[in-house]
Amino acid sequence: MPKLSDICRHVRSKNAGPFWVTVDLFFDGEENFRRYRDTPALSPQTFARLFGTNPDLVKRIPVDNLHVIKISYPRPHPQGWMQERDMHAGQQFARLLDLEID
Amino acid sequence: MTESVNLSDTVSVIVPTGMLGAGVNRTQIQYGLRRGASAIAVDSGSTDSGPAYLARGVSKMNRESIKRDLQILMAEAHAAKIPLLVGSCGTSGTDSGVDWTRDIALEVAAELGIAPKIVCLYSEQKADDLVRKNGKGEITPLPPLGPLSDADLKSCEHIVALMGPEPYIAALEAGADIVLGGRTTDTAVLAAVPLMRGAGIAQAWHAAKIAECGGQCTVNPGLGGVLMRVGRDAFEIEPLDIDNQCSPETVSAHLLYENSDPFTLTEPGGVLDARDADYRWVDNRITRVTGSRWTPKPYTMKLEGARGGDFQTIMLIGIEDPEVLANLDEFHDLMLETLTGRIRKTFGDEAVRFDVSLRIYGWNGTSGRPVPRDTVPPRDVGVMFVVTAPTQDLANRMAKACNPYFFHTPLRPGIEMPSYAFPFTPAEIPRGQVYEFVLNHVVRTSDAFELVRSVSIDPADANKGALHA
Repeated sequence: MPKLSDICRHVRSKNAGPFWVTVDLFFDGEENFRRYRDTPALSPQTFARLFGTNPDLVKRIPVDNLHVIKISYPRPHPQGWMQERDMHAGQQFARLLDLEID
Repeated sequence: MTESVNLSDTVSVIVPTGMLGAGVNRTQIQYGLRRGASAIAVDSGSTDSGPAYLARGVSKMNRESIKRDLQILMAEAHAAKIPLLVGSCGTSGTDSGVDWTRDIALEVAAELGIAPKIVCLYSEQKADDLVRKNGKGEITPLPPLGPLSDADLKSCEHIVALMGPEPYIAALEAGADIVLGGRTTDTAVLAAVPLMRGAGIAQAWHAAKIAECGGQCTVNPGLGGVLMRVGRDAFEIEPLDIDNQCSPETVSAHLLYENSDPFTLTEPGGVLDARDADYRWVDNRITRVTGSRWTPKPYTMKLEGARGGDFQTIMLIGIEDPEVLANLDEFHDLMLETLTGRIRKTFGDEAVRFDVSLRIYGWNGTSGRPVPRDTVPPRDVGVMFVVTAPTQDLANRMAKACNPYFFHTPLRPGIEMPSYAFPFTPAEIPRGQVYEFVLNHVVRTSDAFELVRSVSIDPADANKGALHA
């Protein structure tokens, strides 16, 4: 089973306003994109487990022309709370890289 | 496929940088002017750096960086006789942020020997006014937040409403050379001049969305800003640096950036839909976009508000002891338990509300999550201690109480007392207040101007320095 980092050429995360984080998965080529765009490995439950977010609010939007899947999820705490570790959420992508994709 | 000839009948705007103060380039501005720009527009705000700037009403950028950029932009705009628009002044766009930027602009004008007509737009809101609107059901939450309580509104240090382009257009039509706006959507300040001059509405908003972060939509974002050329049915994005490119991929990919939905963008008077947009090369530097759509909606403004909370004190140590490094999770848990117990015992009833956290950088300090079992121990870690308490004084005292334990707790009983490497004396660093974003709501307004105040500054007064008095 490949890891996400095997089938994406770029993975990034960033704050989208104070209450949301958005993740962009740039798949390596159209074939990988078509094959994995609907994979259950990237389900809202996965994001709930990895990021502590509410799975009911996770949004997943394929962007066909860029071979990108965008996944946006609400931060479990608003940006800047007392135990904040990643203000821009710019390092949140890292925990996705080893995710096994089927 | 390339189009090779630029669009005609267009309105062009120079977007010199994604953030005023980040550093603009005079040669690039002059390039944009030669390419027919009829305005310079730049965003000066963001919530990206957290709630502190809004709660405190102070700029993230230092004064010198803002002044340097304004010197270049104001001189070039004046020489070319085109307007300069600045949105979300002072990072958070509070009234204080607008006034701070206005004073810098007046200083620059005096130094350049020019007397531009400056209009300031204010969109900071009084909590009581919004409480009334909330009572009338005119404020609605955006996910993930729920309905707004009056207490939440009143707890905010500052509340701003995000302006659309209309107040900028009104200021320009009244003769402004420079418009300094409070909190504004990133796109509205860039779209204002194309909208005013009759460019396509969807095209103006879409172009502004692409250009909002300056060079971020280019192949080499380090090379500065862009020119947006907006026509009736299409727009083009061109880099201001001759060696840079705006490719169909970098331009379309920018809709992904910091945006939870890559196709739709809600703005004060409508919604941009870019789902069916088509991106293609004009030549090897410029991309043209067609197929954007705009649906008008009742006027709404997004609200941002922030409040102050508890206070923090931090301490730092470095560890190279291989025994500790081989057992970092055990060390973390032992240390946290020791410090929490120490505070409880020492402060008794005063410790009703406090929080201690330890972040082991080099191990899992960034995520705070468990590290895979087979991870090789690092050679060196930094450990940050953070205590949060209702006052700065209490947080400082709690850090002092923890000091000997944080620096000397051994991994296991019976080991000679270690000393971890601490770099500063005094070791405890008062970090200040924790701030919190409170609002993620929109307010219905009768029009684009209901929550906006406009102040025009007479150039003669400005040159006399009347506003500095």
